[in-house]
Amino acid sequence: MGFIWFWIVAVMIAAYVVFDGFDLGAGMLYPILGRSDKDRSTIIQAIGPVWDGNEVWLLAGGGTLFFAFPLLYASSFSGFYLPLTIVLWLLVLRALGIELRGHIANDLWRTFFGAIFAFASLLLTVFFGAALANVIRGVPLGPDHYFFLPLWTNWQVGPQPGILDWYTVIGGLVAVVALSTHGALWLWLKTSDELSERARRAAGYGWAALCLMTLVSLIATIAVQPMALKNYGRYPILYLIPLAVVASLLALQLFRNAGKALYAFLASCAYLVFMLVGAAAGLYPVLLPSSLNLQDSLTVADSLTGSYALHVGLIWWGFGMLLAVGYFVTAYWLFRGKAEGHYHF
Amino acid sequence: MDAFVLDRLQFAFTITFHYLFPQLTMGLALLIVVLKGIALKTGSEDYDRSSRFWAKLFAVNFVLGVVTGIPMEFQFGTNWAEFSRLTGGVIGQPLAMEGVFAFFLESAFLGLFLFGEKRLSKLAHFGSAVMVFLGSWLSGFFIIATDAWMQHPVAYTLMPDGTFHLNSFWGLLSNGWAWRQYAHNMCATVVTASFVMAAVGAFYLLNKQHDAFGKIFVKVGVVAGIISCMLMIFPTGDAQGKYVAHYQPVAMAGMEGLFHSQAGAPIVLMGQPNEQTQTIDNPIAANDVLSFLIYGTTKAEVKGLDSFPRQDWPTMLPLLFYAYHIMAGLGTYFVLLMAISVFLLWRKKLYQSRWVLWALMLSFPLPYIATTAGWMTAELGRQPWLVYGLLRTSQGFSTHVSAGNTLFTLLGFMGIYAVLAILWIVLVYRMVEHGPEAATPHAHPETISA
Ligand code: HDD
Ligand code: HEM
Ligand code: HEM
Repeated sequence: MGFIWFWIVAVMIAAYVVFDGFDLGAGMLYPILGRSDKDRSTIIQAIGPVWDGNEVWLLAGGGTLFFAFPLLYASSFSGFYLPLTIVLWLLVLRALGIELRGHIANDLWRTFFGAIFAFASLLLTVFFGAALANVIRGVPLGPDHYFFLPLWTNWQVGPQPGILDWYTVIGGLVAVVALSTHGALWLWLKTSDELSERARRAAGYGWAALCLMTLVSLIATIAVQPMALKNYGRYPILYLIPLAVVASLLALQLFRNAGKALYAFLASCAYLVFMLVGAAAGLYPVLLPSSLNLQDSLTVADSLTGSYALHVGLIWWGFGMLLAVGYFVTAYWLFRGKAEGHYHF
Repeated sequence: MDAFVLDRLQFAFTITFHYLFPQLTMGLALLIVVLKGIALKTGSEDYDRSSRFWAKLFAVNFVLGVVTGIPMEFQFGTNWAEFSRLTGGVIGQPLAMEGVFAFFLESAFLGLFLFGEKRLSKLAHFGSAVMVFLGSWLSGFFIIATDAWMQHPVAYTLMPDGTFHLNSFWGLLSNGWAWRQYAHNMCATVVTASFVMAAVGAFYLLNKQHDAFGKIFVKVGVVAGIISCMLMIFPTGDAQGKYVAHYQPVAMAGMEGLFHSQAGAPIVLMGQPNEQTQTIDNPIAANDVLSFLIYGTTKAEVKGLDSFPRQDWPTMLPLLFYAYHIMAGLGTYFVLLMAISVFLLWRKKLYQSRWVLWALMLSFPLPYIATTAGWMTAELGRQPWLVYGLLRTSQGFSTHVSAGNTLFTLLGFMGIYAVLAILWIVLVYRMVEHGPEAATPHAHPETISA
């Protein structure tokens, strides 16, 4: 049961990254690619109908984590108190930026909400990347399973780190590069003419940076968290995952050069999924390593709730996911085709 | 102030603010289905426009509901870590189901409803309105089931390590408290929506603008209003009251300000609870009525606060008393106002009765107040327990988060929500001013609300 629910939560987080990832990416590129008001309007329109549904993956994933692993939810959410609250504020601001920009036809109004949207998208991406890096690096968990992290201490990786140190900042940068590339591919796919061409070029720069950052993050991870390779040593078949990461990177660039936007975007989805799966496979069965004493790490067995709840959960979860997939297919199908921004008030 | 008090303040503030939006959207979702249904049946263009106009107002409120709802979901973990650790195995279940079943449904079909008018058939478009309604009412159910478990815990096993494990899924979802609370609360959402709709209609009529729409809104508003307001008192309010008296007698004693047990207990209509003397100052009371309401006979003995140990008394007695009386007092006023309006509507005089239209126009904030007061009654009445009878509120908060950090986030939420409130007022006012004629279907809207 623990194994199944670990992967269920991992899949939901991956779904969140893949779906909300492209609208976060679009947000970061908004000021760069959106040269005219029409372009900017088009960028918003390319994510407008779907961003809320994408964000539901975060809520549903968070809820599922809460219910299957209450101790992990309690420990990590209170331990990451400040960054999480800031993330919540940024989510509020970002949604306002997307939704309110179009309401009033005034340049100042539109500039303001557009800027909020871009700023919040960028910071959120940095925080999400850093959060993942925190989970890999470990936090000062004591024997009571709780901890509290300040935003930063001395920027070093040590037993008493901050949320931000050199390693987690790298994590944030990887996320910025990966999601900008992802967002660029989405915009290339969903827009037309010059904007689309600009997005395609941006994805090219993004790809080069992504190759570099992937390598850097891999080396840094092995240096910071030696435990991450233990499962790989035990089950060499897992080395297929990094291979898949490399393959999706290559595929991304090949499809991009061949002008196949949809396939390039799918390759980018695959890249994100395999990166996350690689990290999860390295951690299992640890959910949150302790930087003080590996013995105090939170594991699946420590935090799993009762088996009755998990069994019923499996039934409704399977059923609910079928429905959710149905909605997603319908919604994306209905909004297929190119976005074209225009005014209306 | 210590972290515990700040955690409570933050939760109370953020949930009260969040709930300003869903209470309108859930009720409005139903009224939009009604408007759309009439349009479909009669082919009336005015009803179609009306439904489009309200859909726009719905969308703005929906977006604010979404942005203020997300912090709620995560606050259990950030501020109430001990509570989450101990009870997550039970209440995590309905919370996760809300995400998986309700939020996906709502967000997908809202998109179809708002963007799809030109792409869907008339019937399919109506269907998507129905699905939005179902999604929002489903989300209301799961969240109420969560709250009801805290009010009246069922279907759990207490483990040796102090955590609660679920032992019956149906037991959790069929909690009698949940269904009573759900019925009363959902009626309240229709009350809010009816009052808002009637108020906008009255505004148009008094202002001599958009006359045809003003009449539709007033008519639909008062008809839905009278039905939902009556249901508020009977059977739903009555049933809730009996349940509270049975399972949380000390909360009921606090709500009624009954310090001493007595037979033929009076109902206090107005007064100020005085904890020093343990009496009600300046009471206006009706004898025997409380006994009758709870037990159906005037002579039954009702337990007062003195029958319970002091440490189990609700912690903020006067506020609890006022909250309950504000809710019930407003509920009575609502029935009166709506009854007069419907009577005049039937006599075909309502649209000319300026006094009643003024009252309808000015009353729209009152359901928000009544609903908030109702929730304060429920939540303050539950104190000092977080999970009734099992876990005290003081045992549930995040002990590793310092008061300084909690105050920081509380102030931050207050600042951001103040901005939200201003934006909300500006946008809603603009939409009302533009009026329903401006509400044409867009082939390519930019986002959900725009
Ligand atoms: C428009 C709003 C509104 C109106 C007019 C009323 N209520 Fe109410 N009431 C609510 C809105 C509400 C609520 C906010 O929706 C609550 C909070 C929790 C819940 O489920 O519903 C609630 C809770 C609630 C409770 C439960 C308190 C607890 O759990 O401790 C009782 C006993 C009543 N109500 C009784 C009444 C009575 C007797 C009313 C008649 C006059 C009445 N309510 C009118
Ligand atoms: C699922 C629904 C809800 C849950 C799980 C819930 C849970 C909680 C929790 C954990 C607290 C903090 C502990 C405390 O001080 O009591 C609280 C307090 C409070 N909640 Fe709720 N609540 C819910 C719904 C609501 C709603 C909809 C409102 C109002 C609109 C509300 C109003 C309050 C208030 C006013 C307090 C403060 C009580 C106090 O400070 O003593 N609650 N609730
Ligand atoms: C602690 C309690 C609560 C939590 C954790 C919570 C959580 C949330 C979240 C995360 C959203 C955004 C969903 C999205 O992205 O689509 C939301 C919206 C919503 N919530 Fe809450 N909520 C709480 C209290 C309530 C209560 C008491 C009700 C009603 C009885 C309610 C009804 C709704 C509805 C209908 C929506 C849809 C958006 C809207 O219509 O405005 N919520 N809530």
